[in-house]
Amino acid sequence: MANAGGPIIEIEALGKTYAPGTEAEVRALRDVTLTIGRGDYAAIMGASGSGKTTLMNLIGCLDTPTTGRYRLDGVDVSTLDVTTRAHLRRDKIGFVFQSFQLLSRLSALENVMMPLVYGSTPRGERRARALAALASVGLEARAGHRPTQLSGGQQQRVAIARALINDPPVLLADEPTGALDSKTGADVLALFDGLCRQGRTVILITHDANVAAHAGRQFVMRDGEISESRP
Amino acid sequence: MTPRDVVQLAMESLRGNLLRSTLTALGVIIGISAVIVMVAIGQGTKSELDRVMSSLGSNRLEVMSGAGRAGGARMGAGSMPTLTEGDAQAIKREIASVAYSSASVRMSAQAVAGNANWASTVLGVEADYFTINNWQLAGGDWFAARDYVGAAKSVLIGQTVRKNLFGDEDPIGRTIRIDRVPLRVAGVLAVKGQGGFGQDQDDVLFVPLATAKRRLPGGARIQGDFVQQITVGAASAESVGEAETAITELLRQRHRIQAAGQDDFQVRNLAEIIQTRSETTRLMSMLLAAVATISLIVGGIGIMNIMLVSVTERIREIGLRMAVGAGPLEIQLQFLAEAMAISLGGGAIGIALGVAGAYLAGAATALPVHLSPGVILLATGFSLATGLFFGYYPARKAAQLDPIEALRSE
Repeated sequence: MANAGGPIIEIEALGKTYAPGTEAEVRALRDVTLTIGRGDYAAIMGASGSGKTTLMNLIGCLDTPTTGRYRLDGVDVSTLDVTTRAHLRRDKIGFVFQSFQLLSRLSALENVMMPLVYGSTPRGERRARALAALASVGLEARAGHRPTQLSGGQQQRVAIARALINDPPVLLADEPTGALDSKTGADVLALFDGLCRQGRTVILITHDANVAAHAGRQFVMRDGEISESRP
Repeated sequence: MTPRDVVQLAMESLRGNLLRSTLTALGVIIGISAVIVMVAIGQGTKSELDRVMSSLGSNRLEVMSGAGRAGGARMGAGSMPTLTEGDAQAIKREIASVAYSSASVRMSAQAVAGNANWASTVLGVEADYFTINNWQLAGGDWFAARDYVGAAKSVLIGQTVRKNLFGDEDPIGRTIRIDRVPLRVAGVLAVKGQGGFGQDQDDVLFVPLATAKRRLPGGARIQGDFVQQITVGAASAESVGEAETAITELLRQRHRIQAAGQDDFQVRNLAEIIQTRSETTRLMSMLLAAVATISLIVGGIGIMNIMLVSVTERIREIGLRMAVGAGPLEIQLQFLAEAMAISLGGGAIGIALGVAGAYLAGAATALPVHLSPGVILLATGFSLATGLFFGYYPARKAAQLDPIEALRSE
């Protein structure tokens, strides 16, 4: 693994401006500097409009910054083309979304297997890997169920299994409990806690202080600027 | 992503929308089956035409004695002989674009051999006649040069005549009587089959022109040097038209017809007549080609339309696939494969329907039908091209989506 000893995420003076030079110009991020180490459990909080979604898109390599530099696992993302960024996402980042983003026509197992098509996993190994990932979130018994046949908490666990399928070093979760009641939300967060204990870097994007409290490091975004709150 | 993955992804999403996919393929199905029927009939007609043309002898012109006058009443073509053996010789001698010519007389006669008899046509011809008309020998010999000069009592017979007069026996050297004149069978001609107008070309007997005119009572009625018809072989297929003009000019001159006077003969270009007859089939083929083109375009637009709808419907799926690591090329391949699967599937059904349709059309209209593997290949190529062409834009549109926007959309 490249740069095995260093931090997994290094962000230096990152800025993102939408519609620059026009009247609609929005400076969503201003000069954000942030370092997250391997195995860190981080939460990024902030109200809507604070820039936390923009930061998440940049960390997730879905977007490119206007200024500054972002290194993910030693790779400078700022300059990569769209295809290389896609492959970097595949290898380094597991996404968990508030609305689960499962494909309704596929079974739980097929949803978990879906990202493997874009990697180099031989066809014969995909099923076994997906079953193992489902087992790690306690849903091996539901492999053949469609998303509509699963509860919200179960759906989010399927989504987490899908995020883990390529064994990425970073798990990036955007309001993962936002669509769940507090009991199932707590179950999902317990799952993240366990994953972090196993050495995976977990980043939660949330507006909920109770969710953020699970993380060892807490950052707050306000008007496009970030600060770490020391508990 | 392996090619198998691409195909599997496409099939998965098409299965999810089976009815819609089938309806979308309908345009291609109709277009491809029209292509198959069109080409099958077109090729069938062409090979049938080629067969008829080669049995007729290509490059062939016929000069008929023109409408004569009996009192004030004009008689039909050939009713009064105006052509002479000398005309036939002059045509060959003086016109460069003419390679062969043969004067001929024709009569109906009852041919008798032993106990059998058969009503047929007797043609008195010159040696070039067989070359111009592409006759082949099945057995025996052609007439010798001295047979033509000496009015030998020899006859060549067609297969139909042989069958009816001799059955399975060998006719060579046997005697046939025509109007009580005994003629020795010199040879039997090879089968020629149906002519361009459906007549049996093998129901015929040939004698040297001199024999017909001097020895047979039927031929002797045509007096002096006159003949009913001159058959001309042009030097090449291209020079047929040129020869036609030259013959008309030469004969007008030889017959001393004034500039304002009417021809007392007719030059007929049989190949032209038969080609005109094939015009109908050509028109039908063109109509089918138009149908095929239009339905392939309409079918392609249908595919494009449905693929655009599909991209819009599945915009979040596309965003998700991009988030988990699909590059633009992989997204484009997936959607292109879906479009190609629709058009190739439609093409396969269209080929099956087209083959069935071609045979049905052949049976119903008696049009000749010819199906070659090339047609199937052509149809497959057309459906492939349709899918590629009309699937490219929607697939590209999907590939260019921004994953953030796509994930956020409802």
